[in-house]
Amino acid sequence: MTKPSRIKPPLGHDNGWWWQQAAAGKLVIQRCSACQALRHPPRPMCGECRSMAWDFIESSGRGTVNSYTVLHHPQFPGYDYPLTIILVDLEEGTRLTSQLVDCDREDVSFGMAVEMFIQEDEDGFKIPVFRPAVKELN
Amino acid sequence: MPVSLKNEAAIAGIGQTAYTKHSGVSELALTCEAVSNCIDDAGIDPAEIDGLVTYTLDSSDEVEVARSVGLGDLTMYAKINYGGGAAVGLIQQAAMAVATGAAKNVVVYRGMNGRSGQRMGRGVSGDIISSDLIHWSWYMAYGMLTPVSWVTLIANKYMHEYGATSEDLAVVAMTQRQHALNNPAAAGYGKPMTLDDYMNSRLISEPLRLFDCCQETDGACALLITSTERARELKQKPAVIRAVTQASTQGQEQMTSFYRDDLLSLPEMELAARRVYEMSGLGPDDIDAACLYDAFTPEVIMQLESFGFCGRGEAKDFIKDGNLTLGGRLPNNTHGGLLSEAYIHGVNNIAEGVRLIRGQSCNQPQGVEHVLISSGVGVPTGAMILGSS
Repeated sequence: MTKPSRIKPPLGHDNGWWWQQAAAGKLVIQRCSACQALRHPPRPMCGECRSMAWDFIESSGRGTVNSYTVLHHPQFPGYDYPLTIILVDLEEGTRLTSQLVDCDREDVSFGMAVEMFIQEDEDGFKIPVFRPAVKELN
Repeated sequence: MPVSLKNEAAIAGIGQTAYTKHSGVSELALTCEAVSNCIDDAGIDPAEIDGLVTYTLDSSDEVEVARSVGLGDLTMYAKINYGGGAAVGLIQQAAMAVATGAAKNVVVYRGMNGRSGQRMGRGVSGDIISSDLIHWSWYMAYGMLTPVSWVTLIANKYMHEYGATSEDLAVVAMTQRQHALNNPAAAGYGKPMTLDDYMNSRLISEPLRLFDCCQETDGACALLITSTERARELKQKPAVIRAVTQASTQGQEQMTSFYRDDLLSLPEMELAARRVYEMSGLGPDDIDAACLYDAFTPEVIMQLESFGFCGRGEAKDFIKDGNLTLGGRLPNNTHGGLLSEAYIHGVNNIAEGVRLIRGQSCNQPQGVEHVLISSGVGVPTGAMILGSS
């Protein structure tokens, strides 16, 4: 019997491309082609200038924890509990929800520096998650 | 000339079923019972009901309710979106209908097997075919599948910034449980809650515990809205709608408005507050009691700031002084609320607001002139002020 896997994201015109980039190993941010404003979660139109033209940039994956919660109950198949959910302020200026891994509960804090890596689940699904930033030497 | 909703309409009837964990009947059956009780409470002929409003989440379609209960011909029916964020939005819809003549006597309702059927707290899964799948793709994939997980990302930030603690959340939970002890309809009836009970309840979404979360309930609740003039001819003392509004603000998502600059306040509830105070000509000092939406305890705390009962970051001190209790500045959810009476998506909180105006609450404070009631928190929401005629 195979281990249950996480719920897969519903993919539509407005968001599927982001997950395709994640599957290719990249954390990306939607960018308005007209006014260059970054936006997340993605939308079909720029709320700043109403342009429908967009591309995306690749994020450095570096950010800080704006807020977090540790989930205990209810527990869904395909996820490991306690499950630490974070709201990350990326250095590019957008914010996204993700998961913090490789971090003990008592080490989770507001404002902590984190870095993204692409986690590959046992079923091959790839998803950007974060771990505590490695302190730079020197 | 623009129509103001101030004093145009009143809530003239309330009806409910028993609130249980297993009704054993359909949601339509629950709804019919509540609507029927509401009509009897008001003393109006069912054939006079010509408008119905419910939630987009409600499974009992207007025409099925009308046919089952034997209502009259309908000239207005509507469903309001966003879960508990719809609550007073139903009243706004009904009041607009009454004020414009779209309908004369409108029943609003919510009926749900919220415990034995589909439980909100069990989370979402599978495909959601709507425009907000844009957001769900992130929340579902990462395991944020329950309302409490979404609410806590904001609540934890607020608590960290302003130094609010679990003991502060416990004040909200314990105060409302204390109220429920006098309410035979409440889940918390006869079940006192101590601080130890609270602190020993299981962690759900840190720092929130089980007792920070509302009930899950089988039951239904219905309200009759008619013109203030007509309400005066019916059986009960009218609860006059001084002001009512919906409210959604920039950057709004259904329950996950995580992308605004400021995560320490509730912008949509602040809009609701400005609107109802402006429409009614009243202010926080005029409000004698409240039914602030309470799916989760931190929501009550944050709303005290949205509605101007205290300044930003001061709500934890405001509640410590006993201000939410019957003898306090703002008796809140005197029936026990969603936390300790029942979770009928906020319609039961509106019903208590009406009882407070009538003087019929199981915990009736003296001299209640104005009651403030809010819709769901952290969602597109709304607020209402009821007054005695």
